[in-house]
Order: sequence, then C-alpha cells, then structure tokens
Amino acid sequence: MKYLDEFRDGALAQLLARKIAATAEPGRAYRFMEFCGGHTHAISRYGLADLLPPELRMVHGPGCPVCVLPIGRVDMAIALASTPGVILCTYGDTLRVPASGGKSLLKAKAGNGDRCSDIRMVYSTLDALQIAREQPQREVVFFAIGFETTTPPTALAIRQAQKEKLANFSVLCCHVLTPAAMRTILAAPEAEQGGGVALHGFIGPAHVSTVIGSRPYEFVAADYHKPVVIAGFEPLDVMQAILMLLRQVNTGRAEVENEFVRAVSREGNLKAQACMAEVFELRDEFEWRGLGVVPHSALKLRAAYAAFDAERRFDVAYRSVPDQPACECGAILRGLKRPQACRLFGTVCTPENPVGSCMVSSEGACAAHYSYGRYKDRH
Amino acid sequence: MGAAQEKGRKAYARQLDLLHGRVDLTHGSGGRAMVQLIHELFARHLGNEYLAQGDDGAVLPAPVMAGARGRLVMSTDCHVVSPLFFPGGDIGSLAVHGTINDVAVMGATPLYLAAGFILEEGFALQDLDRIVASMANAARAAGVPVVTGDTKVVERGKGDGLFITTTGVGVLPEGLQLAGRLARPGDAVLLSGSIGDHGVAIMSQRENLRFDAPIASDTAALHGLVAAMLATKAQIRCLRDPTRGGLAATLNEIAAQSDVGMMLQEQAIPVKPVVAAACELLGLDPLCVANEGKLVAICAGADAPRLLAAMRAHPLGRDAAEIGEVVADVHRFVQLTTAFGGRRIVDWLTGEQLPRIC
Repeated sequence: MKYLDEFRDGALAQLLARKIAATAEPGRAYRFMEFCGGHTHAISRYGLADLLPPELRMVHGPGCPVCVLPIGRVDMAIALASTPGVILCTYGDTLRVPASGGKSLLKAKAGNGDRCSDIRMVYSTLDALQIAREQPQREVVFFAIGFETTTPPTALAIRQAQKEKLANFSVLCCHVLTPAAMRTILAAPEAEQGGGVALHGFIGPAHVSTVIGSRPYEFVAADYHKPVVIAGFEPLDVMQAILMLLRQVNTGRAEVENEFVRAVSREGNLKAQACMAEVFELRDEFEWRGLGVVPHSALKLRAAYAAFDAERRFDVAYRSVPDQPACECGAILRGLKRPQACRLFGTVCTPENPVGSCMVSSEGACAAHYSYGRYKDRH
Repeated sequence: MGAAQEKGRKAYARQLDLLHGRVDLTHGSGGRAMVQLIHELFARHLGNEYLAQGDDGAVLPAPVMAGARGRLVMSTDCHVVSPLFFPGGDIGSLAVHGTINDVAVMGATPLYLAAGFILEEGFALQDLDRIVASMANAARAAGVPVVTGDTKVVERGKGDGLFITTTGVGVLPEGLQLAGRLARPGDAVLLSGSIGDHGVAIMSQRENLRFDAPIASDTAALHGLVAAMLATKAQIRCLRDPTRGGLAATLNEIAAQSDVGMMLQEQAIPVKPVVAAACELLGLDPLCVANEGKLVAICAGADAPRLLAAMRAHPLGRDAAEIGEVVADVHRFVQLTTAFGGRRIVDWLTGEQLPRIC
C-alpha cells in the first residue's frame, strides 16, 4: 500500500526527529496535547515518544469516543438492550465500557440463560438499517457515539430511515462536539493556575477536521493564545505537526495551521455539515466522563426526527453515575495525570478488566500505555 | 465410524441424495440412516484399513522410530470457523492441518487422526460431502489417515452448520524435547513466513464485511517443514504455530513459560502488502491475526543461520525470517523496535479481535 508506506517511512521519521531535537530550545519545557485518540494510538504504536527530546512531552487528550462516554449513557444502552423485542446495534468499542454494577454491554450480551440481550456489533450505520429492514417485527436501536467523524453517518441513516418509513429504527444519540471539549480544557482552572497542566499547543483532530474544517479551532489561537496544528493520523503526520508546533511556540505565534492539507480545508465538508444540521440540534448540556457537565457540547435529534429518537421512544432517562472513586480517568482525560499515576493502572484495571473507560479502547490513554508503553514504568 | 461395508450387497434401498439432501435428526440417532451417512459419505472419502475395521476404536500398530523407542504425542483441536468455505481452504482441510501442526510443532511425526463431527439439522449434504472430501484430500496429502471418528446431530438452531474436532497422535524420538519453557536469552526468534493471511482471508468473506482482497488462507500441514528443520540438528528450543491471537500471543506465551523477554524488529516481520492494507482498513494489528500454516522457532542464536537456510529451502518456509531475539527480562515483555526506531510492547490481544477464525 504505497500511500501507507509513504507516511510511515522510517528514514524520514529519523530526519524529522533530528529537526525536532534541533528546534526544541534546551532548558525549555514544551507540553503539547494531542486531542485525538487516533494520535495517541499512533504515538504509542510507533514508539514516537522515544524519538522526542526530553524537553518535549505529549499529553493525551480526551478525543477518544468511548473514553468520554459517561457510565449513565452506557446504563441507558444496557436498559434499552434488555427491553423485550429490542436489538441494540453498536460499534465494537462500546461493548467493553464499564457500566454501573460491574455491567457492560458485552456482559449483557452474554447474559444469564434466557435473559441475554440481543446486542450486535456493526461496522456501519448501514448494517443497523439493514437489520431493521430484515426484522420489521423487532425494534432496532443504534447506539450512536463519537465526535463529528461518526455523526454524519448517523444523520444519513436517520434520513434514510425516514425516507423508507422504517418505523422500527431509532438512535440513542450520544454524539459529542470537539470544540466544546477543547474549550472546557482550556478554561479549566488548573490551566489558569498553571499548576496541573500548562499546555503550549494542540495537535488538532484529523478525521473530525475533515468534517468540520479548521475554522472551529480558531478560538483556541484567538482567545487562549495557543497554537493548533491539525494533523493526520499517520506517524509522520504527528512528527511533522510537533515540529510545526515547536516553531510556533519558539517564535511566539499562536495560529491554526494545517498539516493534514490532503484532507482538511478551512470550511470542511459542507455537505456533511448540512446533513448533521438538518437532523441534529445542540443539547443544552451533556455529561462527559472526565470533563463533567459541559453546556452545548453534544447533539440530539431535532423534533422533526423525534420518531427516530430512542430517548423519546422508550422509557429511558439519563441518570448521572459517579465514576469509581479511585479511578483517575477524569484527570487523565483532562491531561492532568498520566495513566501510570493511577493507583488502579495495571493492577485492578487492565484491558481485560477495565475499571475506567480510558482502559477500554486502544485509543484510550491508559490502554495505549498499557498495551504499548508500560515497559518504561518498571523499576 | 460404524460397521464395515458389506460387500456385494446393496445395503440401502435408496442412496443418499447428495445434491438436495439435508442432515436430519435420524442421521445421528444410531439407526440405519446414520450408518448410511457414514458409509456413503464419510467412509467413501476417508476410507482406510483402520476405519474399515468398523469397531468402536481403531487398533493401530505400535510406532517404531528407526529402531529406537519413541514417545507418543497427542493433541486435539476444535474447529468452528465461519464461514465454512474460504479462499485457500475450508473447515475440513483446516481441521486436518490444525491438529497435524499441533503434533508436528512438538517435534513429533504425526501418524493418525480422529475426527468428531457435530452437525446441525438441516445442513446440506452437498456441503458436508465437499468438506469431508477436502478433509480426505488434506489427510492423504499429509500422509496422516483419519482412523476413527464420531458423528452427532443437534436440532436446528443448536449449532451453526458444522463443528469438527480432530485429535492427532504422533511419535516423538527419544531425546528430542521442544517446549515453551526452554527459551533462553541469546536465542533467536525465527518465523516461517508472512503473518495474518488466514485471518484476513476469513474476514474478507464475512457477510457484513465482504471485500475483494486477493488473499488466500495459508492453511497447510507443517510436519514436512518441521522434519527438514529437525534434520539440521540445530539446537531448537521450541516450535509453535501462531494461530488464534497471532504471533503476539504465541511469543507472549513462550516468554511467560520461559521467564524471558523478547526484542523484535518490526521491519524483519514479513507481512504481505494486501494483508497490511486489509488490516489497516479493519483496524487490526497483523501481529494479532491468526495463521494456519506458519510456525515460530526459538533456537540457539549461533544455529539461526543454518536453521533459517533449511526453512527457506522448504516450500512452506520460503519467506522465513529471523525476527528478533530472546532477552533477559523479569517482566517478560515482548518488545518491538518499530520501523521508526521507537520501541513498544507487543501485548496479548485484548478481547475478541476476530471471532470464530478457526
């Protein structure tokens, strides 16, 4: 695959590593947050941290869809799945997210004798639609999670269901918005005090930005004077973005730059945006794991599509559930703590038995560090 | 596998309808229909002198290893692969190869197989015929006959078409010992060829995921390759076939058993471009994807070049490579130097990457 080889060229990476080392000013501390789990994964998988100079530290951000999913939302999905007649369709990553009372969708699927729920892993919203077409006597609910990347496919599925008058299809909408999360991190008191996290710049989302464009991040530079470099998910993209951030910081600039020019424009994908806007509207507030309740940070179905809204169609209400007290996912998602600083990391909490959501997906900071980097922690 | 064929007399009024017939509950009930299925389908393909004994078990000659006393090696493997037919093979050939390989990587010469079939009511006899024929071909090519077997039928909805369990027996020469606990620092890690072919071939056929990847399963019997490797007299500590969980699981198993770590070189691990591309699309790590015709060898570092040359001289080891070394590590980490020069852990697969792969 020529395209992949080009962005994973070891020799080029070494060249970039040398440039980064030469650009980082000795004695100065640089802390950059990679917002997206895709970047976290690339950094861990390719061992990029080993190529960076000691002055530079990457801080993992909250951009992992399953990591920011609060327990209460998974509880809702489990409640829906256990409703007689319901088939719950979901992306594979959500299956292992811990819910209340030691439950998860995976455990609900395995069930207990005849009381197992019908939960199906799908690769696309189209698969869920197809199940609804084939089983008109069943209620098919799609558990819709993710940032702006996965939102347009959900919107399209809802439009298609309306067009086909698929009366047995609905969506539990948990789509969240990237810029709102960035604003929350930047506005956090810890950042203002400079105690917890002094971030000097952001690696901006790759796939999210293909949809929303680079314009929505401009407030980060304008209001908070932090540079943003939007970067692709390939390891060379990440290295190049780090170099671009260093150059901005060294010269005192704070701009939104775009490394991912092969896919991202300032305006983004207008068709996808229009489709989202037609089907969804802003929620007044939404609880995120780690960030708490954030106003105007998530989407719900518009009244015109209420028939496809599982929250209106079924008797399920959101109930906030506190995280396990010793779990540090919240602080890790805000970039305040590293995974290895959590007392549960690697002991009680492992990818096989995750306590917190960051240990679930390979994009989660804890799972990435556990699976790829924990050899560095040994004493 | 039931009574011997009575010669010179037509046993059943009407032959099995292999074109349109389906498995029904009588095929497992112990009556005439079951005997007919065994004769006209299983025995027709798999038939050999031991199966023809028609008793509850096969009476086999004691193995002789060039005059010396050998030890028996026995292994069993269940096969539930979905779909049953895939590019490069089917559940029948897979069931033969899988068990032969488990016996072979112990250093033993595989001699005999036993096969158990769990059939679901309604399964097409045509498909069963095709699968048993493929099994017979694989067994014949490997020179390892199926000498005894069993068939059961479960009601519709209680199985998924067909499950096959095979058990293999082989003979291991006195003095030869291959085991996962024998790896030690300084040993070399060799791999017989490219990884991930089987898993990606299966994935490419999944109903909700069909894509046209020109990739076939690597399913193959490895005992010939193993014999060629043993003939070099290289100091081999351990052989293992990286099936479910892929290369990552196999190396972690050996590291845990031997209380050592490993350091691999990403660039040395062969992955076909089409497999790499498919894994990229599906979000899979080739290191965790199943293989059915590959083996890993841990051998004394000094013997690695000799052993590698012998592997490459065999058709099933053409793309063999030295991919890393065994190192001392109390944490028993399997680590990898990436193509970028960074380091990372190669961890066990978490959860279920690909269900029902073999």
